[in-house]
Amino acid sequence: MSTTGVSTGRERRPAIQGWFTGADGDVRLLGTRCASCGTPYFPRNELACRNPRCAGPRDGSELEEYAFSRRGRVWSYADSRYKPPAPYVSPDPFVPYTVAAVELETERMVVLGQVVPGVTVDDLEVGMEVELTEGVLYTDDDAEYTVWMWRPVN
Amino acid sequence: MSTRDIAVLGAGMHPWGKWGRNFVEYGLAAARTALADAGLTWQDVQYVAGADTIRNGYPGFIAGATFAQALGWSGAQVSSCYAACASGAQAIANARAQILAGLCDVALVVGADAAPKGFFKPVGGDRPDDPDWLRFRLLGATNPIYFALAARRRMAVHGATLDDFAAVKVKNGRHGLANPNARYRKEVTLEDVRESAVVADPLRLLDICATSDGGAALVLTSMDFAKRHGITKPVRIPALSTVTPTFPKTVLDLPDFATDSAMAVPEPDRPFRSALPHAAYEEAGIGPEDLSLAEVYDLSTALELDWYEDIGLCEPGGAEDLLRSGATTLGGRIPVNPSGGLACFGEAIPAQAIAQVCELTWQLRGRAEGRQVENARAGIAVNQGLFGHGSAVIVTA
Repeated sequence: MSTTGVSTGRERRPAIQGWFTGADGDVRLLGTRCASCGTPYFPRNELACRNPRCAGPRDGSELEEYAFSRRGRVWSYADSRYKPPAPYVSPDPFVPYTVAAVELETERMVVLGQVVPGVTVDDLEVGMEVELTEGVLYTDDDAEYTVWMWRPVN
Repeated sequence: MSTRDIAVLGAGMHPWGKWGRNFVEYGLAAARTALADAGLTWQDVQYVAGADTIRNGYPGFIAGATFAQALGWSGAQVSSCYAACASGAQAIANARAQILAGLCDVALVVGADAAPKGFFKPVGGDRPDDPDWLRFRLLGATNPIYFALAARRRMAVHGATLDDFAAVKVKNGRHGLANPNARYRKEVTLEDVRESAVVADPLRLLDICATSDGGAALVLTSMDFAKRHGITKPVRIPALSTVTPTFPKTVLDLPDFATDSAMAVPEPDRPFRSALPHAAYEEAGIGPEDLSLAEVYDLSTALELDWYEDIGLCEPGGAEDLLRSGATTLGGRIPVNPSGGLACFGEAIPAQAIAQVCELTWQLRGRAEGRQVENARAGIAVNQGLFGHGSAVIVTA
């Protein structure tokens, strides 16, 4: 397996179903939103709205599909210089990767994601505008497994 | 004396290290030391509270019974609990509730761990419905990544520098030099920290606490029992908080993919880490100005600075100045982590919050040799258990 981020022509599959959509190049995080109080959830919450003061039924019927904003600003960022343990699927040799916590203005929440390969901590700043895209997390003999990733807007 | 006081009659630890032995051995040694310190025997214990470890097989999940068996089945009431890094404080809370309810007079609290080398990883097997498994799988979000995100945020918002972080390590390294239970008893220089390898930028190896083996135990009793036992002025625990975060939780925490949204409900006045000590101060009827010392959970050097503000030693953004002033160094106004903290211990998860209270106990007795805070009257131990657990324990002379 490798996570070079470079397309190998294999079939592309999301590394997890239902957390993001890459349809038509418009990559968005998918979650749910409470129709009663308006609170959005990522990852998706189908059980019950978790706002203790929500006036809705709070039995799950109030939670509807929600696609998140595509852009946000970097809240913080970090990288990993050492190979993490499984279940992270690491290429051999290990390739360091960068992670960003991004603040979504509309949703007023911070969402984590890897940053696209090639972007290091030296390229990022707190407050910088980033947008969502999709990238290859790892590959095996059958497919490339994709996940949501942040990338600088410019 | 508050009606919520309980007495700390005994404190004991097995030294932290990487000993490579079974966790039960560390817990047993700590329990025996605490009982001897209290002048009591195992037969006197009516309630034993174990803090669980999830990385040592089934005996770890039922730690209370495991330690009770090792000490010799005695028919005592028993409990086992897990609350991530706050497990030890949760076990203290359980024992305290039993004592305050009048259900027992003498309780033994024990936590011990044998930790794996390197990064903590999720426990056992493919579990794609477990956020702790998923954060490794989908993000490679190790614990140091979360610590590094908090550290970078502190640099951007409050102007912390890498040398501030290093200065925390240097301070704690000096504090722990004479602590016989500390794993690392070696002076560390700014240069040492600067030259240590970057693990998760901006944090370097010496900014991040290690994982350790260790064991800690406390003998807790009712105030009446302490008096009957001839201890008229025992060290006391007047307050203990294990409150949850309040919705919306807007600070990223392990193992979160995202914070709660503040769209529908504004952020709470007190974020999680400051809500924990606040509830304990309210219960004890004291404030940060009454403290002589604090033991805070320095999973990273940067997190120690966050704690200064969360426990009210200074305003938000004031931690760097407080550190640079020397106030939190032994001999300063309010020494923080006189034990050496996690920087000198490494983390032995279920034992760590108990070890913090052991240190406060020895400090308040005036018996913390080589690291004594002068005229210590009150201390706080705080712990960010992560995963929504945490604790604050106030201990007074």
